Amino acid sequence: MKNCEYQQIDPRALRTSTTRTSSTLPCGRKNSQRLRKKWEIFPGKNRFYCDGRIMLARQCGVLPLTIVLIVITSGLFFTFDCPFLVRHLTIFIPVIGGVLFVFVIFTLLQTSFTDPGILPRALPDEAADIERHIDNSGSSTYRPPPRTKEILINDQVVKLKYCFTCKMFRPPRTSHCSLCDNCVERFDHHCPWVGNCVGKRNYRFFYAFIVSLAFLTSFIFGCVITHLILESQKAGGIIQAIQNMPASIVELVICFFSIWSILGLSGFHTYLVASNLTTNEDIKGSWSSKRGEDSGNPYTYNNIFTNCCAVLCGPMPPSLIDRRGFLPPDDAPQTVTSDAELPPFMAKNDTNMEENCQDFALSCTA
Amino acid sequence: MAETHSLQDLRQAAVASKVFVQRDYASGTICKFQTKFPAELESRIDKQQFEETMQTLNNLYAEAEKLGGRSYLEGCLACLTAYTIFLCMETHYEKVLKKIAKYIQEQNEKIFAPLGLLLTDPIERGLRVVEITIFEDRSIGSR
Repeated sequence: MKNCEYQQIDPRALRTSTTRTSSTLPCGRKNSQRLRKKWEIFPGKNRFYCDGRIMLARQCGVLPLTIVLIVITSGLFFTFDCPFLVRHLTIFIPVIGGVLFVFVIFTLLQTSFTDPGILPRALPDEAADIERHIDNSGSSTYRPPPRTKEILINDQVVKLKYCFTCKMFRPPRTSHCSLCDNCVERFDHHCPWVGNCVGKRNYRFFYAFIVSLAFLTSFIFGCVITHLILESQKAGGIIQAIQNMPASIVELVICFFSIWSILGLSGFHTYLVASNLTTNEDIKGSWSSKRGEDSGNPYTYNNIFTNCCAVLCGPMPPSLIDRRGFLPPDDAPQTVTSDAELPPFMAKNDTNMEENCQDFALSCTA
Repeated sequence: MAETHSLQDLRQAAVASKVFVQRDYASGTICKFQTKFPAELESRIDKQQFEETMQTLNNLYAEAEKLGGRSYLEGCLACLTAYTIFLCMETHYEKVLKKIAKYIQEQNEKIFAPLGLLLTDPIERGLRVVEITIFEDRSIGSR
């Protein structure tokens, strides 16, 4: 959770609180002639490209390194090892390698560029409504104690935490990523290697990426070892073979060091998929049996096959943040925090408009 | 066109208050809204009508998120094509969301608008709440 100064929402001062949420724009900016898209005012720490079609975390981590490592290793493999292996073994080696490489790159890009399941922040009206239902006794100058709500899911007690940044109770399995400053549904972890959070919408891409990468690195490793053996038979000695194929040695080293971590990660995530858990839950031990006999994962289907199908082949949920939608113009009801005291920005009458703008200007300077 | 005329009227009306119907997580993380009738709507709409609308919405969302042959087929096909199929094809979920949008518009035109209420599609609120806007009665003369 972000350590920022918390301001309690006073329903009577909803206009001033909107400057914090940035879900609504101040009056002046809306008067611009070009209709802006929602991604342009997105409050989280994300970067958008191609007019909102592609999104990344602002801290893209080591994604360029990941891409460079994969491309270089595969490039060296296709250039130096494949001709030899095609001559001595079979044409299928570069074919299989090619398919795996394409699969890895596609799934990596999909993991990095897809919305992981970000929950849009609560609009001021909604946030004020939630505040009204919370019993609080603190003053508005200090941060209130963490608010939680207990609910029953499949007869198991689950605590929902209140997110101070997004101003709402987080749905179950949702967590707030501090690097991206967003609440993400079914939050697994923030992966620096792909430069994005892994959540509900891109978990299947991430899993496909690490599994196919495990296959690719093992395949390249195996092929290079085969090449080394065949070359040493031809060249008369392993040292001579190593000297003849420096590029392959580079691949060997890269693959050797990556294989352990990637195979380990694939195995770990296969276990998570089979038990319908997230990395976040597993690390925190949310459903471990140490917490008591009543604790069990309430989301599991108690069947490995069903869990796998549900996580990997379930319906693809839509993106909730509507990046490419247009921001409504001034007079639409939804982005305005209209309540009984505010003059509505919906009036078509000119004099009314002037009054409204004057009122707003006064409140902005107050 | 009498129904759209009353929706137009609502745009000119002042908003009295908003009611937010929260999600019901009793069955897990599937999208389901509470069907409990909010107290603020007691004077405005019939309880049964409201519950029927919410139940239909819940059924539609359940249909979108149903795990069955169709979703598995879509998932497996997507996996085989390295998920590039999502770039060109509309998913089953998106098709149902369109159905839901149409249903909500119908409900607004036929039932809610004449009573001075407006249902907001939950997808516009991140599937967190069903927002019901209560307009002041004076500009809608039907009740």
